[in-house]
Amino acid sequence: MNNIFVYCEVEEGVVADVSLELLTKGRSLANELKCQLEAVIVGAGLKDVENQVIPYGVDVVHIIEDLRLAPYTTSPHAAVLIKLFQEEKPQIALMGATPIGRDLGPRVSSALHSGLTADCTSLEIGDHEDKKAGKVYKDLLYQIRPAFGGNIIAWIINPDCRPQMATVREGVMKKEILNVKYPGKVNHLEVSKYVSDTDFAVQVIERHLEKRKINIKGASIVVSGGYGVGSKENFKLLYDLADVLGAEVGASRAAVDAGFTDHERQIGQTGITVRPKLYIACGISGQVQHRAGMEESAQIISINTDPEAPINALADYVITGDLSEIIPKMIKYYKQNTK
Amino acid sequence: MKGLRIIVLAKQVPDTRNVGKDAMKADGTVNRAVLPAIFNPEDLNALELALRVKDEIPGTTVTILTMGPGRAAEIIREGLYRGADGGVLLTDRAFAGSDTLATSYALSQAIKEMGEYDLIIAGRQAIDGDTAQVGPQVAEKLGLFQVTYVEAVLKIEKSKITVRRRLDNGVETVKAPLPLLLTVNSTAPDCRSRNAKLLMKYKHARTVTERQAATEDYLYLYDSRPFLNIHEMTVMEIKSEPDQLGLAGSPTKVKRIENVILQAKDAKRLTAADKGINDLMKELIDSHVIG
Repeated sequence: MNNIFVYCEVEEGVVADVSLELLTKGRSLANELKCQLEAVIVGAGLKDVENQVIPYGVDVVHIIEDLRLAPYTTSPHAAVLIKLFQEEKPQIALMGATPIGRDLGPRVSSALHSGLTADCTSLEIGDHEDKKAGKVYKDLLYQIRPAFGGNIIAWIINPDCRPQMATVREGVMKKEILNVKYPGKVNHLEVSKYVSDTDFAVQVIERHLEKRKINIKGASIVVSGGYGVGSKENFKLLYDLADVLGAEVGASRAAVDAGFTDHERQIGQTGITVRPKLYIACGISGQVQHRAGMEESAQIISINTDPEAPINALADYVITGDLSEIIPKMIKYYKQNTK
Repeated sequence: MKGLRIIVLAKQVPDTRNVGKDAMKADGTVNRAVLPAIFNPEDLNALELALRVKDEIPGTTVTILTMGPGRAAEIIREGLYRGADGGVLLTDRAFAGSDTLATSYALSQAIKEMGEYDLIIAGRQAIDGDTAQVGPQVAEKLGLFQVTYVEAVLKIEKSKITVRRRLDNGVETVKAPLPLLLTVNSTAPDCRSRNAKLLMKYKHARTVTERQAATEDYLYLYDSRPFLNIHEMTVMEIKSEPDQLGLAGSPTKVKRIENVILQAKDAKRLTAADKGINDLMKELIDSHVIG
């Protein structure tokens, strides 16, 4: 009772990175709250899947296995979580802000009338005093996220409803094994007790999974462009620089919305989170939603015509000027100095 | 085949790219009154999907449902100009401060008053919150199956529909029973533009509140042209529990907000001058950051 639950996504028997990241975060929250960490795995072909999650400090793994539970569809997975949460009464439930978590989370939160905060960039434990009601709430989950076009950071709480639910994007939290011999237990659930046959009315009749062609998350250098790049043509300069440096190209949401480059390159709260050795921000003003996806970069270069661009505050090097002049010079001097 | 009855959920959103200082109220909620307002982009994709079903199956009707302040009637007119058949504006101070759950509750109670339907189609998410929660929550409250991240309707049969979903890592073809709720991605086709004939037909479409405020001499039109009436629904016209509405019905609360102020690092500053850039590249190469 009152433990922390993490819904773990599985594709072909492999637990998703985002779920392992949430288990890592869940473990540290559980330590702070002195409660247990429990994982829920729903799917098919789950033999020994517990071995993938227990080392992250999971005390109990709930596994529910049935051929019809993979690939994911909403209703059966939601039915499992709704009933399990009613039985176990977790205080906190976390899931990835993935197409699955963002499909499942709201469904479960609606059924349980518990609050859900999407795309959190940070989770903390803290108290809350409701002065009007004269009530003090101890040890709430602060669900912290940029809001409103990134102009503010909001601390969201669910004082009265449980579980406190939040989704977090892949790459936002760090993934760290606690102990390969962690003594976690397995609890196999019987599918017929949780899911009824009518829950399987939606059928996946075909699936084409594409390997991600672009690996921005794993790149050690990212050259990223914002609205200030100005055009699709200018964006080519960024590809030129990335080619020379062995970097990947990223973009802010404004650049993606403007059609300068593809959606899959978007970095930020609603895109990818990166932690490269070097992040070169070109024509990016630096709204908080973008910064949420790159501020842990080891070094940051900002190229901007505006010397007061907010992103410059994060930068180690600020180059003020026109990127169509600066980028070719960077390429030229890089080549000269590496010969 | 018989036409489908489709409800499109749409939201008028502040254009978050143009935000001023007074955009937030002291209680942490959005001061929508001071911001330019637009038809939420993915809701336009949802409308287009509905209109394509209407193109294909004669007799299909498309009704827009939006919740918001009085001026949200603007997006219903926008939808009528593009091919929707009607609209409902759900508006009441009782809904103020709603989080996604209280919003979904109000919308689902309104839908229950709108008669029978086969499909509810919503945009995946709104640009002012990016939560993607209202669609699935409305589905849950109405006891409907849901298919999210849809980009195309492939086939409609009697009481079944086949759609294509676009996910981060690929595509899925999914078959589901009607009635059903779909949410639609921006990868779906863009919405058709306004149709000149429809613009003429609906330019005087108004809610009852708008008509009361109007002084124009076309007010006589509403008796002879009922399609110009945008149905305005208040809390009085839906069955609801007061403790499920607005701030009281919202489990999530904003504890605090912070404006974003950055503490500047001690950055090296340079310009487009050759020497500075040459030195920078040397420094990065020497420290093995690049190269």
